[in-house]
Amino acid sequence: MHPAPSIIAFTVLSGLGLGLLAFLGLGVATPTGLAAFFWFGLGYALTLAGLAFSAFHLGHPERALKAFSQWRTSWLSREAVLVTAALIVMAPHAAGLVFWGRPLIWFGAIGGMLCLQTVLATSMIYAQLRSVPRWSHWTTPAVFLLAAVSGGALLLGLTIAAQLLLAWLGLALVLHWVLGDRRFAASGSDLGTATGLGARGSLRQLEPPHTGQNYLLKEMAYVVARKHALKLRVIALVLGCLVPSALLWVAPYTVISAIAAALMHVLGMAVARWLFFAEAEHVVGLYYGRRP
Amino acid sequence: MTALPESTERKLGLVIDLDTCVGCHACVVACKGWNTENYGAPLSDVDAYGADPVGTFLNRVHSYEVTPPDAAPMVVHFPKSCLHCEDAPCVTVCPTGASYKRTEDGIVLVNESDCIGCGLCAWACPYGAREMDALAGVMKKCTLCVDRIYNENLLEEDREPACVRTCPSGARHFGDLADPESAVSQLVVDRGGIDLMPEQGTRPINKYLPPRQRDALPVAPLQTPEPSTAGLDGFLGWIDRTLTRF
Repeated sequence: MHPAPSIIAFTVLSGLGLGLLAFLGLGVATPTGLAAFFWFGLGYALTLAGLAFSAFHLGHPERALKAFSQWRTSWLSREAVLVTAALIVMAPHAAGLVFWGRPLIWFGAIGGMLCLQTVLATSMIYAQLRSVPRWSHWTTPAVFLLAAVSGGALLLGLTIAAQLLLAWLGLALVLHWVLGDRRFAASGSDLGTATGLGARGSLRQLEPPHTGQNYLLKEMAYVVARKHALKLRVIALVLGCLVPSALLWVAPYTVISAIAAALMHVLGMAVARWLFFAEAEHVVGLYYGRRP
Repeated sequence: MTALPESTERKLGLVIDLDTCVGCHACVVACKGWNTENYGAPLSDVDAYGADPVGTFLNRVHSYEVTPPDAAPMVVHFPKSCLHCEDAPCVTVCPTGASYKRTEDGIVLVNESDCIGCGLCAWACPYGAREMDALAGVMKKCTLCVDRIYNENLLEEDREPACVRTCPSGARHFGDLADPESAVSQLVVDRGGIDLMPEQGTRPINKYLPPRQRDALPVAPLQTPEPSTAGLDGFLGWIDRTLTRF
């Protein structure tokens, strides 16, 4: 699948923002006054920046409001509804802490749950696609949810929670990669089932249907050199999980170490998200003679 | 809501005969022509006369080579367009309701004025039946020529999809696959029509008729054995024996 920068930025940034807001809403951290303004501001800013990036991905962003209508069937629509609800419900809680130093726990709790459900909805957009076997697996929501909450814990400097969650995130990433490598074969789709000619004998593409590029090839049969896949997985794991975790061990929670850990984590997650798309094979590639 | 209808009154679709298709791409051209000049955003081309032309098509013809274990290889031309699936994954993922399946005839359509161009439906389709138009920014797909098949301004014989109407080898058939008596349903029964990628759980309406078994070549030696003088007798035998001595 084509690793569109807008979608990578969207899922990484809004995931981080929603993870942060979830902790603030659920009362794990209750800053007040200016500190509350900063933390809630950061959470809202990251989430909204991510959403703005996602709009770049649309052919007709001016019609985006229509995407709120199909929440009964579409995970993408649910994501839109949930993120809006989360940001609205969280607002009184945030205002209470900023202006009066008092949490509105019900708004916070419901808002926090909505934040996590938004991340779940985002992950289900990918996990629901049978046509992309690597994604259609429980490790997809596991990675998205753990990435969001570990990022949130890391930003807030919740040392123990962050280290536990980063370890779980690392495990989920490794499982997503290792189990994911077998998903295509397990899906049962090959050129034989795609054409219905599999029982006849061995099959190969003789002529492609067109000599140039097309939308399908660019978007879904995207192929990038897999030469560095293993190195990039290691980089994602080291930057996204190990380095932030180690920084929390060795350095006490200072502004510098917190920023460094958060930046490393975001960089690592951006690499992991790039791999999430670039390594995912769509079954339509079979028609073009692509083999996973 | 972009929920799928529980059942549709009719199941209009195509039956494509892989035995008869000659791979001429006439259906591709007819489709592009009709769907550019009629309903919806035109199927655009970018850099059409340049070095790297790219365009939107709703129907494309692949060509494969099948090599049976015990027979000569065979070329199979393979036209592919929307299969108008009963469990169309492209419909339920749509966030705006632009993508829908009609209850009356089962055709899967896109309401282009509601489409935000997110591309998720194209991801959900295992067959690559949907292409985002680069210029219009909306999703394009086969409409089963919905603006031809019910069009009373056209002659009766023209009220079928452009690809079917134009096919010179009679490899494409259009009809109601919910009616077991229809010509297309009969073809599917007679020829053992199949679904593409049944493991994807989409339950396509369009069916493909597999190529008929080819006649087997009579078993004959391809080459006469090497010439030999073994067993020669009479005059030629005498010459052979005499010359061998020297």
